[in-house]
Amino acid sequence: MAERGSAPGVAERGSAPGVADLAGLRAYRALLGAQARSQAAYRTSFVVDLVGNVGATVFDVVTVLVIFGVTRELGGFTLRETLVVVGLSSCGFATADLLVGNIERLPRYVRTGLFDAVLVRPLGALPQLLLMDLPLRKLSRAVFGLAVLLFALVSADIDWTPGRVALAVAAPPAAAVFFGSVFVMTATVSFYWVDSGELANAVTYGGRDFTSYPITVYGGWFRALFAYGMGFAFVSYHPALALLGRADPLGLPSWAGWAAPGVAVVAAALAALAWRVGVRHYRSTGS
Amino acid sequence: MGSVTATVAPPTGAHVTPWFRTFGAIAAAGFRRHATYRQAAVAGLCTNTVFGFLRCYVFLAATGAAGTVAGYDRAQLATFVWAGQGLLAVIAIWGWTDLADRIRTGEVAADLLRPVHPVTSYLATDLGRAGFASLARLVPPLVVGPFFFAVYLPRHWATVPLFLLSALLAVVVCFGCRYLVNATAYWLQDVRGPMILWTLGSGVLAGLYFPLGFLPGPLEAVLRYATPFPSILQVPLDVLVEREPMSTGLTLIGVQAGWAVLLLALCRLVQRRAERRLVVQGG
Repeated sequence: MAERGSAPGVAERGSAPGVADLAGLRAYRALLGAQARSQAAYRTSFVVDLVGNVGATVFDVVTVLVIFGVTRELGGFTLRETLVVVGLSSCGFATADLLVGNIERLPRYVRTGLFDAVLVRPLGALPQLLLMDLPLRKLSRAVFGLAVLLFALVSADIDWTPGRVALAVAAPPAAAVFFGSVFVMTATVSFYWVDSGELANAVTYGGRDFTSYPITVYGGWFRALFAYGMGFAFVSYHPALALLGRADPLGLPSWAGWAAPGVAVVAAALAALAWRVGVRHYRSTGS
Repeated sequence: MGSVTATVAPPTGAHVTPWFRTFGAIAAAGFRRHATYRQAAVAGLCTNTVFGFLRCYVFLAATGAAGTVAGYDRAQLATFVWAGQGLLAVIAIWGWTDLADRIRTGEVAADLLRPVHPVTSYLATDLGRAGFASLARLVPPLVVGPFFFAVYLPRHWATVPLFLLSALLAVVVCFGCRYLVNATAYWLQDVRGPMILWTLGSGVLAGLYFPLGFLPGPLEAVLRYATPFPSILQVPLDVLVEREPMSTGLTLIGVQAGWAVLLLALCRLVQRRAERRLVVQGG
């Protein structure tokens, strides 16, 4: 994409590949800067948005607390243990939602033809879409998710070893990469089926809810499908087991928690593939 | 130049039959309009089904060894969840910004020129939409749920008609709330703030995230009687699963009716105040 020239009005005329890359980078930075300025321009709106967005994640956690108000354990896990699962899930989801979540607007871009405009610009389509309206208001949510995770890790009485420290550091980004891949993969469905927005929600937000609880609460083929068919078990459940030093009641070996980053990488590769195939398949709506 | 009132005086007493005919025609149009979005309805059903499974498993896990929680047994919880997923689409709790969009763009001027009060015509459209949703979105989860979970079937014959009445009132109460949230656009132009507050508050306080019975008793009572939120989701579901004796159910339906009347009156009041200050841009 760097060879195709430089964005008009933003980047300089660079001929050497290195310079062109730099120009591309500069263009992305300009897009991001414009976004930040435009979103912060209406300060009250922005603050309301920040508060409103943190509210959604707060209520997810409140729901868990309320449910533990009527029961002492859920699927064989105590509140403290469950909070580690919740923390990993909400931290990962909120980060992915901040960085990639806006891809769920893709159906609208396809329908209105805006995606055509994105494609003809000399920058990557996916980064452009993500930067075009990076929802900075969701920053509050990501910070809150991280706070929940830190609180859970501190209060869960974890027997810290170097390995567990490494896992605690690696698991949240892995969860974010995994959720980000899910966002991209489900959005690509709209290249084939424009009205599929709600269907994507079932997997993205459904996945968030699924990973907010120990998977032992679910049963039958539903658990098998979400946990291992789609891989959501590796987002929060297995890493949490490894951190807590608990054996899996469902019988998977203890190294499953350490597989989380690997699963995330595989998911990202699949998402990249799906995106490429989807963009190739894309035919403008023509209007 | 003197000012003119945009809304034409509503027809009075002698015109009751034409009024109903107009209301019916607008509602039928609302039904047909939403019946065209069939693919969206299918996609929405998939989402409802996934969340039906998720919520059902989590709530059932909360019943533990005793098998009951907050006055629900396992079968009642299953019915609560699956009927709730269907009802969610019938009341259209989230995502309605038609009025706010029209206020922002100025298209609302066309609504004001019609010989039907805006609150009435939007309500008629919404009831038509709810009619389609109750066929396309409420029935399927009620059919799917029992395949995978032991559900509770009402014991008393009067429960089903009461549930339908309660669901109808829930649509009206929810419409009233949504109309008020949208109407803030008359003053604010951008309704994102009120909309976020509504989306957050309604989900938790209506009993979608967890049955309000999970909360301490006094808190649930305050929510039920002093706020309209449980009236839009929790009340019809409690009536359906016969959580409490019939008399309590009737009282709650009475509370719903009260909220419906109060909110519609408030919508008309807000609409009248708004029309006095509405400036439509452009010519």
